[in-house]
Amino acid sequence: MGILSERFKEYWEGFKEGSWQDGIDTRDFIIKNFTPYYGDSSFLCGPTERTKALNEKLNALFKEEREKGGVLDINTEVVSSLCNYPAAYLDKENELIVGYQTDKPLCRGVNPFGGIRMARSACEAYGYKLSEKVEEHFEYRTTHNDGVFRVYTDEMKLARHVGIITGLPDAYGRGRIIGDYRRVALYGVDYLIEQKTLDKKKIGEDVMDVETIRLSEELFQQISFLKKMKEMAMMYGYDISLPARDTREAIQWTYFAYLASIKEQNGAAMSLGRVSTFFDIYVCRDMERGTITEEQAQELIDDFVMKLRSARHLRTPEYNELFGGDPMWITESVGGITKDNIPLVTKGSYRMLNTLYNLGSSPEPNLTILWSERLPEPFKKFCAQISIDTDSIQYENDDLMRMEYGDDYAIACCVSAMKVGKQMQFFGARFNLPKLLLLAINGGYDNVSGMKLGPQMEVMQDEYLDFYKVKERLNVYRSWLCKLYVNTMNVIHYMHDKYAYEKTQMALHDTEVDRMMAFGIAGLSVMADSLSAIKYAKVKPVRDENGYIVDFDTEGDFPKFGNDDNRVDKIAQNIIQKVSAELKLNPTYRGARHTLSALTITSNVVYGKKTGSTPDGRKKGEPFAPGANPMHNRETNGAVASLNSVAKLQYDYCRDGISNTFSIIPDALGRDGEDRAENLVAILDGYFSNYAHHLNVNVLNKEKLMEAYENPEAYPNLTIRVSGYAVNFHKLSKEQQREVISRTFHSSI
Amino acid sequence: MAELTCRYSSVQTMGTLDGPGVRFILFLQGCPLHCGYCHNPETRAFDGGKTATVTEIMAMVSRCRGYFGKKGGITVSGGEPLMQAKFITELFKECKKAGIHTCIDTSGCILNEDIDEMLDYTDLCLLDIKMTNDKDYKEYIGCDMSAPLKFLERTFQKNISVWLRQVIVKGVNDSEENVKLFNDIAEKYDNVTYTELLPFRKLCESKYEEMNIPFPFGKFPETDKAVIGKLTAFLTKTNK
Repeated sequence: MGILSERFKEYWEGFKEGSWQDGIDTRDFIIKNFTPYYGDSSFLCGPTERTKALNEKLNALFKEEREKGGVLDINTEVVSSLCNYPAAYLDKENELIVGYQTDKPLCRGVNPFGGIRMARSACEAYGYKLSEKVEEHFEYRTTHNDGVFRVYTDEMKLARHVGIITGLPDAYGRGRIIGDYRRVALYGVDYLIEQKTLDKKKIGEDVMDVETIRLSEELFQQISFLKKMKEMAMMYGYDISLPARDTREAIQWTYFAYLASIKEQNGAAMSLGRVSTFFDIYVCRDMERGTITEEQAQELIDDFVMKLRSARHLRTPEYNELFGGDPMWITESVGGITKDNIPLVTKGSYRMLNTLYNLGSSPEPNLTILWSERLPEPFKKFCAQISIDTDSIQYENDDLMRMEYGDDYAIACCVSAMKVGKQMQFFGARFNLPKLLLLAINGGYDNVSGMKLGPQMEVMQDEYLDFYKVKERLNVYRSWLCKLYVNTMNVIHYMHDKYAYEKTQMALHDTEVDRMMAFGIAGLSVMADSLSAIKYAKVKPVRDENGYIVDFDTEGDFPKFGNDDNRVDKIAQNIIQKVSAELKLNPTYRGARHTLSALTITSNVVYGKKTGSTPDGRKKGEPFAPGANPMHNRETNGAVASLNSVAKLQYDYCRDGISNTFSIIPDALGRDGEDRAENLVAILDGYFSNYAHHLNVNVLNKEKLMEAYENPEAYPNLTIRVSGYAVNFHKLSKEQQREVISRTFHSSI
Repeated sequence: MAELTCRYSSVQTMGTLDGPGVRFILFLQGCPLHCGYCHNPETRAFDGGKTATVTEIMAMVSRCRGYFGKKGGITVSGGEPLMQAKFITELFKECKKAGIHTCIDTSGCILNEDIDEMLDYTDLCLLDIKMTNDKDYKEYIGCDMSAPLKFLERTFQKNISVWLRQVIVKGVNDSEENVKLFNDIAEKYDNVTYTELLPFRKLCESKYEEMNIPFPFGKFPETDKAVIGKLTAFLTKTNK
């Protein structure tokens, strides 16, 4: 028996031994101890009276928040951090899992470390004023935003201004980092501090250069925030210095770790990781001991999820344009299989999904099913039924991701996979592909802003655009943009590390962490269809009085992405390959590995707004399709053909994810309930066996959305998947709502 | 010999209403009937549509195969598939080789040697018994009622599974009596495994407008789902 297992004997009693007892290794603990479940959902319990009453209280707060225009309250006096607020409760006597971000449930804290201007204008947008005290404090402090703008070149500012690269995390927290929150439950904070202290000591024994000095300072911060985490838990009466003893403690400890992170950071996506099966190990042990019932286990998960649903960050209206619906991306990855092909589905996976029934449908947490052909059939069917009933969950291909990320990865945000506690990413928003095309054919002139940027050359003079000439032009501009994009990201993440380092979350990572830099593209289907139009139809540029191309007359038909037609699908594949290869030519900050995503969140609307007419027939200002979706209503061969086109986009070149949002009317999925769930399982199996990466599933009628558009108050809880996450429909802007309504709803008629 | 070609109007890569599971639906072009509620009027003319060979259709089917699950497969609809039985025979032979479930969606309006052969490669027939008396058949459909019954008899002899279907139109065939007659037909044949009543709907109205031809049943209202529920209670084979 090792030293550690001796030390934590009373905490770990009943668990199977493994290398997880020799050092931090949560994965090994799970693999050695989890109990796969192959049965159906009949064991699940509904909400208890206590749960119902608490949920009612919470829903009343949500209603009040809605009525106040989306923000219930802001604490403008105190800067958000781990120990800056007293303990807060919704109903102290009846809460099983405790902890709120600020001094009151749903009250938002201010977090100016990303940028004081953002914090100030976010307060003002909701009728509040940031306190003098906070303003004064930050007068003498450099924020992440300050740092970035000290270094940004004129060209970077211009590219950002005209909207060819947008949504960059240069004024808000980058997020997309998942702490291994489970470590706190399994090992207790003291052990984590000891390990980090040893790591720090080791650094001093070797050469100290820029890299190691930075790491050493980061470790100092990590240790100091682990201590604060303990202090924070003590405010609620819990000592988390040692491991959790039972299910309730395991959930509470894990939640404290997560809570500490969202108090410290207002990152765009603050994902949870992969906790359901981890918790189930504690439930199984307690059941063996006779100290918990199924009803009690469900109650704890319900309570935990209520806390997650209460998480809030303060955002500006501009931010909401990019990331509509007030999301936190508390993504919880459920399911998947082990390297030895054993389903990681446990009763805990069911319990987590069951919260959508017990507490009602909800966009948060962002429940994500890691789909494998080998998942147990009853579980597949249960997931499909949840999609049909709630439109609240998404699916990602475990058989694809497991190859790269092993069997203890989780999804950050929408589609970004990373090994929990071992990998992190530098999030980098995305650039606008169709705008790049327009910039290229106009020789470095942006026909929306009237500004010049990029290499300057002649506007293309041809009467009809020539595919090969356009391709050549694109090569030049792509290469210019990718270099600029990588450099911009390097500046942002250097400054983020320097001024807004995620010490709490990074304390829950290995010290030697593997970094990825996640780039992105928007408008993929518009770009593919535009190039297809140039190749297969006749595209005649329309010029303004100065000779700049501002519109197109496209004569004749052309293949469109979303019809399983290789002529255009290969163009789409090619776009991704080229961008991916070009990005990799440019070195990244901290040697991060380049990854790429086809994901837009809701920014497809504002990107479209900033982009002139395109050769595919899309008019100036009209939205793009979200993520990797085919353009709305251009799919003429039915849903499978549409799915097949997206499935052709290769994950190898798009390792940060390929997002596809799929809406189908209930009647088109089959005649009755049983058929519908079975058919949806078949569709998911089919799609993912084609190496597709991600699918958001909505089963609903367009009419319902149109009604909710007209009468939002009648649909307070209408949840819909938009682009890698779900939203309450009413929280989208009217413009975003219109775009969602205009999307393809697959029907069979 | 040149490969056989079909004339088809369109394909639907994800059909879930015409046969079990998720299906690839091939809508063939051309139909001799003129049903008053026809929802695919564009598939009636024999000279319209596109052409494709068996190889070409099989290429499309194979792209959908992964989505079929345990129950799905191909359904040939129309138009009237029986009019292109030779082609379907060749297509279904290929499907059977590949282990794909085959189904036709038909009015059963004719029967001949080609159809006989085609049935040997057909796993399931969705047969529309459109009306339950000869008068209505002649008036609204354009053939004798004996035709689909003959077809049904043949599927019985060949022991091919059949789903009987009927579209219910208010004021035409929404009576209890009619549905009982429909059910009697289903009861008479053991190979009928499932029956269903479908509501008359007018989603196709715009197609008629586009084609600038009158919609004969435009005067009838859409059928309520509740009516279908009520009438379905008279059916005895309602479990697939």
